[in-house]
Amino acid sequence: MVVRPESLSWPHPGINGADGLAERSGTVMEDQEIIKEFLIESNENLARLDREMVELERRPKDTELLASIFRTMHTIKGTCGFLGFGTLEAITHRAEDILSQLREGQRDLTPELVTIILEAVDATKKVMVLIEATGTEGPETYSELRDRLEEARKGRLAAPEETAAPVAVPSAAEETPGPASVPPAAPAPTAAQMAPAEAESIQKAPSVSDSSIRVDVGLLDKLMNLVGELVLTRNQILQFNAQQEDSTLNTTSQRLNLITTELQAGVMKTRMQPIGVVWNKLPRVVRDMASSFGKQIQLEMDGADTELDKTIIEAIKDPLTHIVRNCCDHGIETPEVRAARGKPPQGKLGLRAFHEGGQVNIEISDDGAGLDPQRLKDKALQKGLIRPEQAERMSDREAFGLIFLPGFSTAATVTNVSGRGVGMDVVKTNVEKIGGVVDLVSRVGEGTTVKLKIPLTLAIIPGLVVTSGGERFVIPQVSLLELIRLEGESGKQQIEWIQGTPVYRRRGKLLPIAYLNEVLKRGSAQEADVLNIVVLQAEDRQFGLVVDGISDTQEIVVKPLGKQLKGLSCYAGATIMGDGHVSLILDVLGIGQMSGVVRESREQSRAESERNEHARNDRQTFLLFRAGPFERLSVPLSLVARLEEFPQANIERASGKPVVQYRGQILPLASLGAILEPGSQDSAAVQDPAQVIVFNDGERRIGILVDQILDIAEDTITVRQSGERKGLLGSAVIGEKVTDLVDLRAVIETAREDWFSTQVRDSAQGATIMVAEGSAFSRGLVRNALEAAGYRVVEAANNAEALRELEQRKVDAVVTALDLPGGGAYNLVAQMRAVRDLAGIPVLALANSAEEAGARGKREPGFEDCQLKFDHDAMMRSVARLAAAVRAAEPAPVMYGGKE
Amino acid sequence: MAAQEPVTGEALQAAQTSRQFATFFVEGLFFGIDVLQVQEVLRYQEMTRVPLAQEVIEGLINLRGQIVTAVDMRRRLKLPPRADGRMPMNTVVRTEEGAVSLLVDEIGDVVEVDADLFESPPDNVDPAARELLQGVYKLKDRLLLILDTERTIDLAAGTPQSQKI
Repeated sequence: MVVRPESLSWPHPGINGADGLAERSGTVMEDQEIIKEFLIESNENLARLDREMVELERRPKDTELLASIFRTMHTIKGTCGFLGFGTLEAITHRAEDILSQLREGQRDLTPELVTIILEAVDATKKVMVLIEATGTEGPETYSELRDRLEEARKGRLAAPEETAAPVAVPSAAEETPGPASVPPAAPAPTAAQMAPAEAESIQKAPSVSDSSIRVDVGLLDKLMNLVGELVLTRNQILQFNAQQEDSTLNTTSQRLNLITTELQAGVMKTRMQPIGVVWNKLPRVVRDMASSFGKQIQLEMDGADTELDKTIIEAIKDPLTHIVRNCCDHGIETPEVRAARGKPPQGKLGLRAFHEGGQVNIEISDDGAGLDPQRLKDKALQKGLIRPEQAERMSDREAFGLIFLPGFSTAATVTNVSGRGVGMDVVKTNVEKIGGVVDLVSRVGEGTTVKLKIPLTLAIIPGLVVTSGGERFVIPQVSLLELIRLEGESGKQQIEWIQGTPVYRRRGKLLPIAYLNEVLKRGSAQEADVLNIVVLQAEDRQFGLVVDGISDTQEIVVKPLGKQLKGLSCYAGATIMGDGHVSLILDVLGIGQMSGVVRESREQSRAESERNEHARNDRQTFLLFRAGPFERLSVPLSLVARLEEFPQANIERASGKPVVQYRGQILPLASLGAILEPGSQDSAAVQDPAQVIVFNDGERRIGILVDQILDIAEDTITVRQSGERKGLLGSAVIGEKVTDLVDLRAVIETAREDWFSTQVRDSAQGATIMVAEGSAFSRGLVRNALEAAGYRVVEAANNAEALRELEQRKVDAVVTALDLPGGGAYNLVAQMRAVRDLAGIPVLALANSAEEAGARGKREPGFEDCQLKFDHDAMMRSVARLAAAVRAAEPAPVMYGGKE
Repeated sequence: MAAQEPVTGEALQAAQTSRQFATFFVEGLFFGIDVLQVQEVLRYQEMTRVPLAQEVIEGLINLRGQIVTAVDMRRRLKLPPRADGRMPMNTVVRTEEGAVSLLVDEIGDVVEVDADLFESPPDNVDPAARELLQGVYKLKDRLLLILDTERTIDLAAGTPQSQKI
């Protein structure tokens, strides 16, 4: 048995004084580990010293042997000094001095010298037995021995007979030199030198070195491989047994099954290390970071003895350190801030590890500032990592996930430790590489917890066996989310197609589908009544893989593929099945990439996302409807206030136009079909009940009569400008069908001529407005509105384009989206303000949501005004005001910030 | 016969002593591999096909728990496919990258040959085959073609034509 840490009576004064580690909890464990290591190592060394000293006596001229002895003694001395064992250090130091003299040829080796060095070795062993039992060196200082060693060093060796008296030289060492000659660390302690009780207790407790041996990791790996083979053979026998009726075979194979399982667990255990091995380094990391940031952080560790496979321990070392650094840097606040928030000045950082369901859970929690989901979304928007609509729909939990996106960093300032936007994504990648999962929960002001779920081992994994084209394949269970079975013709029709790409509606969300047969080019999927979809997770994407059949789950042993097959990214390896056949293990990420449902890689996707920024921004949700002769019309859903049905009886007329009483107001109605195609048969006007789309424009509302509401679709659109039909912006492909986009502005204008105040028109005369907006569609809407009001419009799709245009022509005001590509509106304003000629141009920012407009528009400096993107009325008023202010100040241009 | 080739260093090394070769036949050609490189010879084994792999890879076999890639020598040498119903034999060779099985038509004897019968492969041998040969031993009744196993199994560096598929 290994000595239990509790039996060591910590704190040990010598050790605490020796190095200045601050965190108690960490230090104790660290020291216990170190001392255990020290005892094992030194006992081995001392056993060798015995042997070598005797050997040296026979061959005193063997310089190599002498050098080895010297090194060993030196190592022991060094470690003793480091751990604060003064007595040991003094003894070994003197012995080392003598050896040094011998090594340098200053004196010759005499039996007396050998004896006294061996005596020193023995004394060292005794002290170490005491350390192991009590944690201290004990009261004995060996001053007499030290004196004699000192004498010997000076060349005045006392008479040999004296040496025999106080400490018995183990006779074994003199008689039979060899590995077994000295039982390591267990020389019979002379009872005279210690209290009887103490001596007894020491003799009873088996020492560390007795119960543990050092084993080469290579050997353990080999054992693990053999067990893997055994597991496979066992699987084969079990499968064979299932077809037999022999009861003896039955019992035997069951027994084999049990033993194999136990053996597998046992061998796996030999490769296990407590997670404390990694944690040991953290107290120091935390201490250093705390002191450099002027923070107070208390580190608490729970479950340090939780064991993990050695390879996994290696793999999580860096991610774990990174998370802890992040907690110290961004999570826990400075004592002043904490005091102001009513928290104790000392922050807490907790590490917890435990086993659960065949996995290891590691939780890193702090009681710091926590993460604000809204701030995360803002940041992600600003960096162009997500789209505005995405941000709105995002739950807090999803928002926390943003922190793992490449290029994301919430730190306001970049420190030398973290905040460079690399890190958490790497953490996620590394953890996922070993089949683990990262999760993060946080509450503003209360703290953050990062949870890692990690498999126990990598060599033998559970896998799902599927068939495709007559072959079996194995899918690692970690990637598996769920299985979907679609039966019959109706089931098959649930697979829908977008431009040749199959998708499936899974709980309202579209799941991209790939056919394994097609990915592996094994011909088209065979016609079957049942469609099996395996839903898989690859990095942050999910997709469905259609396979011919699903068999069962099995423990499989992962074997690498030969060099000839290394280039195939769709396989993670191969394994041998119960019937002896070889099956390929699918690499889920590789399959996803080959079938195009997962983007190439993170790096590439980043570059690509920048390239596709336009297209991405154009992805919008549309309301699709039918009106008059137009089968498929659409408006952006964000413009729609409500969809209503009114019985025809409720529709009244006011000054010759249809109206309806709606929420205590009079809602004017206009029939879209009649506006778009004057003279056409107005079916919407007679339909009962009438289908009405209600639009809000500031305080006013208008209802548009349509024939039928069709659907809501999200798509990336490219508007193709059509012929100059009034009321239509153009057409685009939405949901695979050509759809006309309604120019709401023009429609309303036609319907209610009094909608726009003439005052706006006047101020518009001749003014040039720049519209800076990444989305071509939104830009078009704004442009149409401005042009309709009589402004000249200059367009820019991103920051660089805007600045270029601004330098080339005179612009009276700038209307920019907050999420303008190329650093956002802030960046543009900052750059404009830095140029003298541009500094005076007023800027109106357009926000995607009221929250954004409220929070950001006011907080962030630099804008003259901030309005909602689709609130055209407010926007027009704002533009009119800004343009008028500029024109009033002319001819002398207004200089807001520039003085010469 | 082509004129005597200048003997290359590699060929020299191969030719220094009398050596033993395990032999086999592919489409009537008589091939030899240094007997020390051959791990074992097996009857036809059931094979797992590897979709998307190069054509020369016939599949994976389970060799007592070890997964071994099988390379079809006919395809490797650009020879016509085996007649239907004829099962290839496995010649499992040890390589730096682990064991690889070469699928051949028939297994021959182990022959011991004299070093001075060695010659580099003549120029007019099909490039697909020539690249894989260390040389030729001119035996009394036939020619023994010595395969360079490392090059044979190195498909990446193999004949560029084979990469197309």
